[in-house]
Amino acid sequence: MDESWKRAKGVFAAVGIPPVFWLAAFFLIPMAIIWAYSFGENKNLVEISVNGTFANYAHAITPLYIGIIFKSFWYAVVTTALCLIVGFPVAVAITFASDKTKTWLLLLIMLPFWTNLLIRTYALMAVLRNEGFINQFLSLLWDGVSHLTALAGHPLPPFQPLPLLHNTFAVIFGLVYVQLPFMVLPLYAALDRLDRSLLEASLDLGAGHLTTFARVVTPLAMPGIVSGVVVTLIPSVGAYLTPDLLGGPSSLMIANIIERQFKTADNWPFGSALSFLLMYMTFLAIAVQAIVARNRRAAASEAAS
Amino acid sequence: MKRGRSRRSLLAGLGAAAVGLSFTGLEGCSTKAPIGRNGEEAKLNVYNWDNYTGETTLADFKAATGVAVKMSLFSTNDELFSKLRSGNPGFDVIVPSNEYVTRMRISDMLTPLDLDKIPNRKNILPAFLNPDFDPGRHYSMPYTWLCQGIGYRKSKVDGVPDSWKWVMESDRYKGRIGLFSEADDLIELGAKYLGHSVRDIPYEMVDRIADMYIRQKPNVKIFHTDNGQDLLLSGDIDIVMDYNGDIARVMDEDPDLDFVVPKEGSILNSDCLCIPKGAPRPDNAHQFINFLLDAKNGAEIASTILYPTPNGAALALMPASYRDNPVIFPPADAIAKCEYAAFEGLKRAQFYDETLTRIFAS
Repeated sequence: MDESWKRAKGVFAAVGIPPVFWLAAFFLIPMAIIWAYSFGENKNLVEISVNGTFANYAHAITPLYIGIIFKSFWYAVVTTALCLIVGFPVAVAITFASDKTKTWLLLLIMLPFWTNLLIRTYALMAVLRNEGFINQFLSLLWDGVSHLTALAGHPLPPFQPLPLLHNTFAVIFGLVYVQLPFMVLPLYAALDRLDRSLLEASLDLGAGHLTTFARVVTPLAMPGIVSGVVVTLIPSVGAYLTPDLLGGPSSLMIANIIERQFKTADNWPFGSALSFLLMYMTFLAIAVQAIVARNRRAAASEAAS
Repeated sequence: MKRGRSRRSLLAGLGAAAVGLSFTGLEGCSTKAPIGRNGEEAKLNVYNWDNYTGETTLADFKAATGVAVKMSLFSTNDELFSKLRSGNPGFDVIVPSNEYVTRMRISDMLTPLDLDKIPNRKNILPAFLNPDFDPGRHYSMPYTWLCQGIGYRKSKVDGVPDSWKWVMESDRYKGRIGLFSEADDLIELGAKYLGHSVRDIPYEMVDRIADMYIRQKPNVKIFHTDNGQDLLLSGDIDIVMDYNGDIARVMDEDPDLDFVVPKEGSILNSDCLCIPKGAPRPDNAHQFINFLLDAKNGAEIASTILYPTPNGAALALMPASYRDNPVIFPPADAIAKCEYAAFEGLKRAQFYDETLTRIFAS
């Protein structure tokens, strides 16, 4: 019975061909074009000849661009770490909530996806601006305190708004805000499957809550942590909108530089090379992670046997 | 010998649209318009800057010709250029600035104008009839001209900040300065400040200018993308590189704002009306351009957008509050020190862009 689909080749092809075509036409072929451009040069403003040159890659690994790529990775790493620190307790709380509350909490995590990223980012700008909600609130507090100290004869100097927008802080804040659901959901999925009796056993056998968390919960949640880190880290490295809208000139990330090659600088070959450099690095990171994971599994199964 | 195929033929062969740029199918999604007297559909797709026509211009045009205008907006010349780069998605009239008239002309993206269909070109002031980016005006008609300078909040700035020094090389207004974020504007104005022309800037001087901006960066609040006037109005910054027309408009709302062309001189721009290659309705396009160059229509536009007009007949109809406005029309001795920048080749444009990346990244 479960072999029948192999015999129904016609049905299989009918179901399989549209997605394969979709993938080829709208993903593989455009990617191949960009890949080809990365070995090309500008003939004039609008034409590129693909002549197999490596000059774009040579240019892309000059200190200026490597520096920006590393900075982007650094921002992404900080973002991922913050997401993990904030997201883990949230995931734990959802896991241990009652079924009814759980649905509501999960809905709250999903809710941001129903709003366009651009609109959420603009909303964040309204919060962080000099005249934004945070600064307005602080200003009110400050004025209140100033009134009190004025009674004692020492009014405070006028309120200086905190610089919350157009800097690196705003970029990291925005990235954490955008990426947090992507961290919480895989963590929740891993924690929800966790066998509660293991926790009880650990506590019964004398481990404290911290030890249980560190030596029982964390290792068991590791697959969720790893996938959470991957789906947070990789989009963060290539983040474009967040640094563009929330960042200052010093917090530009590599995606903004790539965008400029296509839009302002009319240097599509170089932009393509930068994009693929980023992609090679991501592939490399995933490959290393996969190899490490496999070795660890192999070592574990050896130790078990 | 070239091994690969050019990008154009590659794309044409595959019928694929490239990378994230959006190619709006203007033709596909709209219903058929009635056919006008000239045998063209009675509609027109215009790709323009925001707030760049008079309040009644489009309605007046429809009343006069029966042609309905659909306006799409771009915010930078780059956006315009990248949208038309892979072929015209259906625009009939576009409004590039002078340097981009050059770029588009040498890239074969513009249709030569049929000057017989634009009799109102007689209204254009002689000074705008033979620019070096389009000798004899065969591809473009002047729509506005602009002057870059410094917009500032009078109560927050000492006297008149009539030198680029105050935004480029001084910490007096630390944390309240806004600069342009376009590579060529920044570098060319830097050259102007150092006493050089905005053209043929030696590469070692570009490096010097970059170092100057890198030193200035801690004092700069923002490198703005054509929204300097809004930031000035909202109080986020107090002194900003900007265009005269932009500042003239916000001065209407806030009399504490002003504009000055620095004593070192500045850059002039000219936004032009052009017909892109492959425009579906060239005759309507000519009619529209001719309509905009009419004296009364030109005056209607100028009184809304408050940019200086190159249209002599329209200017004559304008009130003194416009004609004698020193922000819209900076004093002659200030204009005398200003220059038009030019497109000086892809190599130089890419070098400027990389310099900007260096300024931003350091």
